[in-house]
Amino acid sequence: MPKIQSLEELRTLRAQLKQDIKARTETSTTITVGMGTCGIAAGAREVMQVFLDELATRAIDAHVVTTGCIGMCSKEPLVDIQQSDGPRITYGNVHPTMVPRIIEEHLIHGNTVQQWVVGQLA
Amino acid sequence: MNAQRVIEIIQGYDGDPTASLAILQDVQRELKYLPREALELIAQQLDMPVGYVYRLATFFKVFSLQPKGEHICKICLGTACHVKGGPLILETMERELGVKAGNTTADGKFSVEGVRCLGACALAPIIVIDDEPLGQMTPDAVVTRVRQLRAGEVVKIPAQMPVKVAVREAVDLSAVPPKG
Amino acid sequence: MAELYRADVLVSCLHGRSPELVSALKQELDRRGLAGEVKVVETGCRGFCTMGPVLTIQPNGIFYTDVQLADVPEIVEETLVKGRAVQRLLYKEPATRKVIPNYDAIPFYSKQMRIVLRNCGMIDPQSIDEYIAVGGYEALGKVLSSMTPEQVIAEVQKSGLRGRGGAGFATGRKWEHTRKAAGEVKYVIANGDEGDPGAFMDRALMEGDPYAVLEGLTIGGFAVGTQQGYIYVRDEYPLAVQNLRSAIDRAHEYGLLGSDVLGSGFDFDIRIVRGAGAFVCGESSALMQSLEGKVGEPRAKHVHATDRGLWDRPSCLNNVETWANIPPIMNKGGEWFASIGTERSKGTKAFCLVGKVRNPGLIEVPMGITLREIVDDIGGGPPKGREIKAVQTGGPSGGCIPASMLDLPVDYESLTEAGSMMGSGGMIVMDDRTCMVDIARYFIDFLKDESCGKCSTCREGIKRMLEILTNISAGLGKPGDIEVLESLAKTVQLASLCGLGKSAPNPVLSTLHYFREEYEKHIAEQFCPAGVCRALIAYQVVAEKCKGCGLCIKACPQEGISGTARQPHAIDQVKCIQCGACFEVCRLDAIQVVPRSAVTVGSNGGNGYKPVREVVR
Repeated sequence: MPKIQSLEELRTLRAQLKQDIKARTETSTTITVGMGTCGIAAGAREVMQVFLDELATRAIDAHVVTTGCIGMCSKEPLVDIQQSDGPRITYGNVHPTMVPRIIEEHLIHGNTVQQWVVGQLA
Repeated sequence: MNAQRVIEIIQGYDGDPTASLAILQDVQRELKYLPREALELIAQQLDMPVGYVYRLATFFKVFSLQPKGEHICKICLGTACHVKGGPLILETMERELGVKAGNTTADGKFSVEGVRCLGACALAPIIVIDDEPLGQMTPDAVVTRVRQLRAGEVVKIPAQMPVKVAVREAVDLSAVPPKG
Repeated sequence: MAELYRADVLVSCLHGRSPELVSALKQELDRRGLAGEVKVVETGCRGFCTMGPVLTIQPNGIFYTDVQLADVPEIVEETLVKGRAVQRLLYKEPATRKVIPNYDAIPFYSKQMRIVLRNCGMIDPQSIDEYIAVGGYEALGKVLSSMTPEQVIAEVQKSGLRGRGGAGFATGRKWEHTRKAAGEVKYVIANGDEGDPGAFMDRALMEGDPYAVLEGLTIGGFAVGTQQGYIYVRDEYPLAVQNLRSAIDRAHEYGLLGSDVLGSGFDFDIRIVRGAGAFVCGESSALMQSLEGKVGEPRAKHVHATDRGLWDRPSCLNNVETWANIPPIMNKGGEWFASIGTERSKGTKAFCLVGKVRNPGLIEVPMGITLREIVDDIGGGPPKGREIKAVQTGGPSGGCIPASMLDLPVDYESLTEAGSMMGSGGMIVMDDRTCMVDIARYFIDFLKDESCGKCSTCREGIKRMLEILTNISAGLGKPGDIEVLESLAKTVQLASLCGLGKSAPNPVLSTLHYFREEYEKHIAEQFCPAGVCRALIAYQVVAEKCKGCGLCIKACPQEGISGTARQPHAIDQVKCIQCGACFEVCRLDAIQVVPRSAVTVGSNGGNGYKPVREVVR
């Protein structure tokens, strides 16, 4: 560990370290991955891992949480995204390769990826 | 007494006389008590009167000039423990072991000490046997624990994690998770 | 470099470590292939001690209490995989049995305001990375890059921060004195010799957030103009020593201690010194003597430590909690801090709420909160069926505040006016089973052992007070005892050198002031209404209430209770040692405390009664 030489260096380091404790800080976005047996069988775990990796690389402020089966098993893996007070958008049949586009369009540009949306809770 | 070890400890502090307290603490940790020879050796090495070292060793409560038993039972008598029945716990311990606080059993197995606040007041009354804190003690639990130790049972509970013992119920210590 | 985890499991428990639980969690996560997604963090004390070990799962904020090893697989499966709470592990409010899933909704936490304990139980105390991530060292960086020492001191003065160790001296003024004192070499010292029985705030801080103490001390060092700091830690706190030591090493590696701190040209180092079990060493001049490797005897205070302290050099000594308040003050400004609390007591104070309450633990509240809010709302009130009698604050130098004064705001002045003091933060709740004579005797007995012996008033006066109190509780009190006690107390107060002696009579004076009739009952009626002073009481079975369940028979260590099932039992007064075990176990209130004179016992008092114990240490 090289010594920290200034307040600026300390702040840069903090920005990186903040990722480590993301789960303990407030964020405006929650990404919920369905992880019931059906979800896991459909590949939810890989989807979640890609979410975690992408969020880390792009340093996006969001929590990733899991939930049990919500009954729409044929559409698993299901991923819900909720930003602040906005509607809760549900994406169905999410494949790991779809994750970057969801992050890019939904989280960064604020446009839902309509073709993959299976439902919405206002 | 391992004189060489004592000298090593003193040398670890470069023979600094202001480190006398720290040296005494380390020697006590090593030998479990401060024998006369150790005090004399420290005084000689630090070039100070033996009386001075003796004064330190008797002023501070952490030091003991007597050898201690195999198991050291500390019963907290801090305010919270006092209010919640610490004296009864101490009394039970004394009765069970047949010695008064501050003494060691004839067989050299147990030392009983009443101590002032172990800083775990919310789990009062608390005792510490061989560095293992036991919170919310009851007289029953004390007896059970001492008998287990006397029988040589190894019921090692994770150090520094006070184990909650059910209040007011006879305690089955076999329910406590074993180490590992 | 950083890795993103979807959940953090914060494990905390009393002495800060729950190694078995942590390794079980890690193993289970590993087995389920979740190790890369869920992080297990060992944190310091969360304060909710009777509920420990406690687990907080973030980001959901789910709070599990009393977690056992066997619960681990279920927690992983339900909560960490499926995102559901395990109902039986959630906190239930004792009064209503209502389940409260999130820790911030639990009254124990919701009434608190955590500034100094902000990180305790929230971060891994061994990880400097986590401390930096939550904003650590920002204050030091700000101070070193953009403030002069005078500005730092001005900010502390503006905050109104007063010493958290007891006396409540203005921190900013102390710093200013030390800065202005003549001399090249000066010292800053953190007092972590938390000797008050019934208090463990400083332990929780040193164990749970050691970097905050280091950062505060470093800022103080810069402000008063010194390169050397000391932390004096009580010998009973090995984990605090260990965490502080490793924190100092890490801080050196990161360039946050040592030469040229944060590239600013400021050099500063900190040494840990262990105490050796002497209460008087919490007194500033005695502490400095002990730091020099001498016997810890206080010195006269006509020369201030800020002029001539450690090694006769200007020294600025503050309590650990005071130091840990500095970083937030530097970050948010003195005005922000001064906006919390009362007119003369600013900010928050950590307390150890212990004794006869349902939720004992470590808490932090804004100054000015009432004792009632602390005891009832945070502490959950007295145990079932009991009544609060008094709250003791200030340790052996403090006093007992009666239940009738529970609406007293908690600040330096109000507590002193009520005959107690803020002290370091022990707050011991007493109920109707606590005897005030016994409590006074307890503290005086404590102080008898701890008086260093330098002043004869303290050495002898305390001893004589103890004799009188011991006699009163042994049934040997006589008319006039109370008056002698009062006069002794005043003499000790007036003629002793240091704070220990000056305040030693407080427990006697405050209990005499508020509970005089209890003393009188002991002397005139030979009875201890609380049932504590054994020589004055006897236990009796109330035949109408006893259902003959046999619980007391099992509990009696003397095998002194007899009776057949479903028939009222009887206590053999010759065998009875008045330990109260039967009283405690009886669920039907069928055991009562009566004056000793009300029962017939053998000629010798018949009970194996021994004069009240002298604790030997």
